[in-house]
Amino acid sequence: MFEKLIEMFSYPFMVRAILVGVMVSLCSALLGVSLVLKRYSMIGDGLSHVGFGALAIAAAVNAAPLTFAIPIVILAAVLLLRISGNSKIKGDAAIALISTSALAIGVMVISMTTGMNTDVYNYMFGSILAMSTGDVKMSIVLSAAVLVLYILFYQKIFAITFDETFALGTGVKVNLYNTLIAVLTAVTIVLGMRMMGALLISSLIIFPALTSMRICKTFKSVIINSAVISVICLFIGITISYVWATPAGASVVVVNLGALILYTMIGVVKNRSFLSGK
Amino acid sequence: MALIRCENISIAYEGQTVVHDLSFQIGQNDYICIVGENGSGKSTLVKSLLGLKAPAKGRIELGDGLKANEIGYLPQQKDVHKDFPASVYEVVLSGRLNSRGFRPFYTAADKSKVRQNMELLGIRDLERHCFRDLSGGQKQRVLLARALCATKKLLLLDEPVTGLDPIVTQEFYQLIHQINKTSGIAVVMVSHDIEAVVEYASHVLHLQETALFFGTAKEYKASEVGKTFLGGGAHV
Repeated sequence: MFEKLIEMFSYPFMVRAILVGVMVSLCSALLGVSLVLKRYSMIGDGLSHVGFGALAIAAAVNAAPLTFAIPIVILAAVLLLRISGNSKIKGDAAIALISTSALAIGVMVISMTTGMNTDVYNYMFGSILAMSTGDVKMSIVLSAAVLVLYILFYQKIFAITFDETFALGTGVKVNLYNTLIAVLTAVTIVLGMRMMGALLISSLIIFPALTSMRICKTFKSVIINSAVISVICLFIGITISYVWATPAGASVVVVNLGALILYTMIGVVKNRSFLSGK
Repeated sequence: MALIRCENISIAYEGQTVVHDLSFQIGQNDYICIVGENGSGKSTLVKSLLGLKAPAKGRIELGDGLKANEIGYLPQQKDVHKDFPASVYEVVLSGRLNSRGFRPFYTAADKSKVRQNMELLGIRDLERHCFRDLSGGQKQRVLLARALCATKKLLLLDEPVTGLDPIVTQEFYQLIHQINKTSGIAVVMVSHDIEAVVEYASHVLHLQETALFFGTAKEYKASEVGKTFLGGGAHV
């Protein structure tokens, strides 16, 4: 087992995948807590589909994938947030609209240029080989920026997640911070989606938050726990993917599912002993 | 100088005027209750007092060094907090946010203020408890502590006793009364509980798109409006 690990780290593409994966899973775990609690989980899913469309177009016009996709997905994120806030089309329907449209456009573009081939498969389900050295640098810089911003605005993010009305009343610029969360989410999703796949990236946002909420009772502990769970699950997932040659994205999701089940069971046992203790 | 003075304000909501030609003032140490039927513009007025909705006409003046973001606000109960993982301490601490500005972290002074207010409301021992596991009355105390952390001068309570049982409701009124008397913090409360209003409040503002009545609680009891509303308690 240990030898396998050393062998795994001797491949530059594996090191790149793990580096980017750790950073992205950290960011998505932190943001995920707010998104899940604010009932915005589906935004992550919608954005990943927009990201798919953007990457397809980027490939068709030979643009650099990340620099092309990030602004588009940020735009979509801000738009989605506005729509869920005030509109005749309700949030969930709007997300479904936008995400399927983006998916369809992406598929059209791909079929007109390269044809439906392994590229599409890789976009959908992710590929561990997707990251070039340039991408890795950019991913690390951007995710570091996401982390720093998150920590700097942690107190405000807590306030607007817990109670928007009170936050507004005490002069917190709620719209600004909601937009900040959306933008950070957009960046995180684009960074992670080529490795995790457009269909699976939103799991990185939802799973760790839900998992740690099974047993943690304070916001801070939920945040820290999510971050730790997310990174550990990612690492195990990628190792599984390396050892058994399974797709990286799917492996990570399966490990996350395992963690959720484990935490749910611990939560049930804890509650029961708590009740009987009373 | 009053804390807040409203002069002939009209507030419109999506093109429709909800409140018109309303004048009243909130002085230091006042305990003002805003009463009125559903849809009489109470919630809209609360938004305007918080500075979230500018009046379409007239002026809302803040005096005595009160700033719009320094009003201790206790929002209406919603069930959004049902599954929210947060400790009591974290919730109360978030009340200090308005004193932070763009500085990201809380100071020792913020934390001692939080402890002090939790002590005052008798929830110090709940500090580490999870907010979602508390009873309705305890939750309201926690949110009141948060509101106290946000203000030195004025509490704005939007239907704070909705859903509380009678005993807890009485305790809550006592608590507000005590804070108003001892800390010298003015209280503005939107309420449906008319009996308690006339018992505790110093002033009453009866809202029906405009001020049907504004004056002391004693005068209100003697007034025509007050008598009708108090007598016909059917819609409480």
